Amino acid sequence: MATRETTIAVRDAIARGERTATDACNAALATIDALDAAGPALHAFQLVLAERARAKAVALDHAFAKDATPAGPLHGVPIAIKDNIVVNGTIATAGSKMLETFVAPYDATVVERLEAAGAVIIGKTTCDEFAMGSSTENSAYGPSKNPIDPTRIPGGSSGGSAVAVAAGMTTVALGSDTGGSIRQPAAMCGITGLKPTYGRVSRYGLIAYGSSLDQIGPFAGNARDAALVLEVIAGHDPRDSTTARRPVPSFSSALTGSVAGLRIGVPSRLLEHGVDPEVLSSFNAATASLAANGATIIDIELPHSRHAISAYYLIATAEASANLARFDGVRFGLRVPGGSLTEMYDATRGRGFGAEVKRRIMLGTYVLSAGYYDAYYLKAQQVRTLIQRDFTTAFASVDTVLMPTSPVPAFTFGERVDDPLQMYLADVFTVSANLAGIPAISIPCGTTTTGLPIGMQFLARAWDEASILRAADAWERIHAHASPHT
Amino acid sequence: MPSDTKRADEARFSRADVARIATLARLELTEPELDLYARQLGGILEHAEQMQSVNTDGVPPYTGATTDDAGDALRDDMPVASLSVEAALQNAPQGDRVAGTFVVPKVIG
Repeated sequence: MATRETTIAVRDAIARGERTATDACNAALATIDALDAAGPALHAFQLVLAERARAKAVALDHAFAKDATPAGPLHGVPIAIKDNIVVNGTIATAGSKMLETFVAPYDATVVERLEAAGAVIIGKTTCDEFAMGSSTENSAYGPSKNPIDPTRIPGGSSGGSAVAVAAGMTTVALGSDTGGSIRQPAAMCGITGLKPTYGRVSRYGLIAYGSSLDQIGPFAGNARDAALVLEVIAGHDPRDSTTARRPVPSFSSALTGSVAGLRIGVPSRLLEHGVDPEVLSSFNAATASLAANGATIIDIELPHSRHAISAYYLIATAEASANLARFDGVRFGLRVPGGSLTEMYDATRGRGFGAEVKRRIMLGTYVLSAGYYDAYYLKAQQVRTLIQRDFTTAFASVDTVLMPTSPVPAFTFGERVDDPLQMYLADVFTVSANLAGIPAISIPCGTTTTGLPIGMQFLARAWDEASILRAADAWERIHAHASPHT
Repeated sequence: MPSDTKRADEARFSRADVARIATLARLELTEPELDLYARQLGGILEHAEQMQSVNTDGVPPYTGATTDDAGDALRDDMPVASLSVEAALQNAPQGDRVAGTFVVPKVIG
């Protein structure tokens, strides 16, 4: 495994003229060559944009040679992008056969902002089909593998982005998080993953799954790099009316390195059942260590969180059933010929979507159908209000909530694929942040006796990414070996 | 709760139920898929049934909490550039570039 550099180190070396953007780009491409299709064949990338990336890097170097001024805060930094986020002129499959040949006709807002800041997009990463899954096993193009143990899943749905960073192919990557799809793979691969507040980052150009839950965010090797990328991609976008018109603070300057005086709420009752003993003992050791460094640990109740999985899977699938109606063989994507228009629709959707996507469309269609709406969808939205209120109550007495990211470490391929309910239940700790719209960051907390990464997550009030980035950064300093690879 | 709401039926999903939902969702399913989804969707909904024990009397459904400050999300009514017809048709399985239209199988006999 390559030693991980930081984004800031890459950027600063280029800004000092010690290294070129082309060199950084070529190094990333060489690491991908060594590890992705060859070597351990990690399959982090669905598509490597080598030529496009080299051209961008050369252009950055030419401009820098003239005026010695970086294009922006990510000048020359190679970055990987989940394949459900569109890059103009390149294929975006979202892990689906439905979009095997779809060439995006525009850039996502986050892509525009990254490139304006000088970042070099190196490729598109493997993900579960339309971001539905917790392992990348639902990708129509084959899963990605965990670089710590390639017999195991990397987590999902943004698994490829997590692998790219964990294996040192890039220092940062973007994913999307609807019910944990950034935080869970970050935890399973031993890196940092941030889901911002709903409305913090534009979803324009993100292929929609659950529109009231989806949020784009960064993967990085540490909190400081995650803060830097968030500063670049955050902020109001006229093309996404759910983005907030509030200023983006300097998250980096919030990193004081200290947890002294920080009030951390731990929902201990929620952790009583179903958490792997090694995950729990690692988590408990981390809370003790935070307390020893001046944080106050406060036991809190999140009484409705045990219903979060049910509420999440009813709401997310309902939204998915509506969002995925657009894949009908008319305007873009696959078309399977049929005698009539409806035969064409049925055949295209029946054969273009994979098993998990069809399962979720069916569930979502059912909960929205006449006679069932009140019992399932409306009830789930009411429970969602109660989950949100639980957090409001908790944040009256604590600054951040801390809990494990996943109740289990990375599992092996095929272990859960035949039992969707068991797969869903593993999202127990991640879905609440999406339901409540609040920010959460997963950071490495330890490893199992067999060396598998264990993650924990800090959650905060809406718009308070600064607090969780500060807590995450301080934890890294406390736990100097937070990542087994640095 | 409306009186037509079915909940605690023992076989929550028959193959016929799955076929009905598949028609609503415009999904062609194979025979093995009908069996598989009848079993799996039944299991998922059975788990979701636990949610019915939560007292939600007087609780409003969630309508979005973090966009409270979005205020007036409408922009000024000024024309802005959009995709060209050429770009919009570039991914169409079947398009007519001259007419500037998507082409679908005949709808009216």
